[in-house]
Amino acid sequence: MRFDKKEAYLDLLQSGTGIFLALFIMGHLVFEASILISNEMMYKVTLMFEGFYLFGERHAWIISVLAGIVLVVFITHALIALRRFPADYKRYKIIKHHTKSFAHEDTTLWSVQVATGFMMFFLGSVHLVMMISTPDKIGPFLSSYRVVHEYMWVVYFLLLLSVVTHAFIGLYRVMLKWGIFESDDPKTYRKLLKSAMRGFIVLYLFLGLASLAKYSYIGMTHNYEKTKIYKEVTQ
Amino acid sequence: MNRELTIDILRYDPNQPEIKPYIASYKIQEQVGMTLFVALNEIRKHHDSSLKFDFVCRAGICGSCSMLVNGKPSLACKTLTQKLDSHIRLAPLPVFELIGDLSVFTGNWMRGLNERLESWIHHKEEELEVDKLEKPMDPDVADDVYELDRCIECGCCVAGCGTLQMNENFVGAVGLNKIARYQLDPRDKRDEKEYYELVGNEDGVFGCMTLLGCEDVCSKNLPLQSKIAYLRRVMAKTALKKKD
Ligand code: HEM
Ligand code: SF4
Ligand code: SF4
Ligand code: FES
Repeated sequence: MRFDKKEAYLDLLQSGTGIFLALFIMGHLVFEASILISNEMMYKVTLMFEGFYLFGERHAWIISVLAGIVLVVFITHALIALRRFPADYKRYKIIKHHTKSFAHEDTTLWSVQVATGFMMFFLGSVHLVMMISTPDKIGPFLSSYRVVHEYMWVVYFLLLLSVVTHAFIGLYRVMLKWGIFESDDPKTYRKLLKSAMRGFIVLYLFLGLASLAKYSYIGMTHNYEKTKIYKEVTQ
Repeated sequence: MNRELTIDILRYDPNQPEIKPYIASYKIQEQVGMTLFVALNEIRKHHDSSLKFDFVCRAGICGSCSMLVNGKPSLACKTLTQKLDSHIRLAPLPVFELIGDLSVFTGNWMRGLNERLESWIHHKEEELEVDKLEKPMDPDVADDVYELDRCIECGCCVAGCGTLQMNENFVGAVGLNKIARYQLDPRDKRDEKEYYELVGNEDGVFGCMTLLGCEDVCSKNLPLQSKIAYLRRVMAKTALKKKD
């Protein structure tokens, strides 16, 4: 065997991109949930990301750039993770049988990760490309319009389920994979991480579903004939 | 009070390929403190003397009696029937060469692994001086090494590893544990590059997907998750450091 650093780099990159994406999602869903406080709050968050409070005017392209960075990391992560998918039908059958007959939680969680990863490949790309191409269509009314009248709620609902489970199972796994913050008592540490994983999944699903419900409500009740955007001018 | 146990055993003898694999079902009376070792001997004595299975120590020391118990790799001599449902399914460990029924040849697989990983102390200068006193070892290091040396090569971690089922060249937790053991041992003079060449690849530590089946089935409760993580960190550091 020869000295080949490639596998080490790929493994580091897979974990690094995974952690980046997971942290991004944790922030993203909290910012989205600003709609739960008020339309005004969500509008302010939008302005913040458009650099309004820095430059005194709105630059929607900043959102495109941010979403572009996320897309690059997302694709990188997906491509590296792809080598973990069963390479052929025979292997797929083997792992499926093994997962089923073994009935072992963490092995099953891995198959959840593969399935949700596969789903996100399509759903996430749709969402990200949309944000890159039309970054100026974000706001309490505009976003709600997309959710209800362009049927994006279907995409968002499925994306939410897959991204939240995938991200927190992924974080759980990545901590154990490298032994990040491991204590002298790895077995207790793993139990703790497992509980944290469950807690975060429930919390973020709740947060995401509540936000989605609010956007849907606005989209269904707001009169888009009269005004499509939330405010013409900022205070 | 004593339950009647129904034990389903996946039976197949490679020497009699004309008889296709089938499930044989046996009913026996449970006894107090009964292990699967006792139960299987009951079956062989009273039901079918042709049933093949392995036991040597019947005390969880030799690692011969590993099999799938309700799908989970376990040592039969250490498994109490009272901890299980009254309907028990037994099958031979996958991956290993089947001798017949529940008996598999873990020995040749483990031997192949040990030869491939050269799981012995590498120390050129002192190799031949068997009469010389060994240098004293730091007790904490000795404890760590001893802890990992408790592996009995039962193969449960191999059968519980999804990665290994998909990639037959993967060294498995048993192999990674051995490398961690020698890497911790100051008497082994292999340098980081040599270790990297052994397990710094897809068939070694970077192939492990952290499914943790190994950790949860290890007969000796070895800290496999923690040691694989340790090895992964060591290997990643080596790759980041080395220039060539
Ligand atoms: C196209 C989309 C995606 C695909 C196909 C995908 C696929 C995968 C797969 C198969 C794994 C397991 C890899 C292994 O076992 O070694 C994984 C790990 C992971 N994923 Fe994703 N993923 C995607 C998107 C995401 C997103 C959006 C996030 C975060 C929100 C994320 C976070 C993680 C984390 C933290 C890990 C653990 C990293 C590791 O084990 O090294 N992934 N991903
Ligand atoms: S943690 Fe690694 S070695 Fe252990 S079962 Fe999972 S893939 Fe196999
Ligand atoms: S590491 Fe544990 S499960 Fe694996 S062979 Fe050794 S004792 Fe058995
Ligand atoms: S017979 Fe030796 S470990 Fe079970």
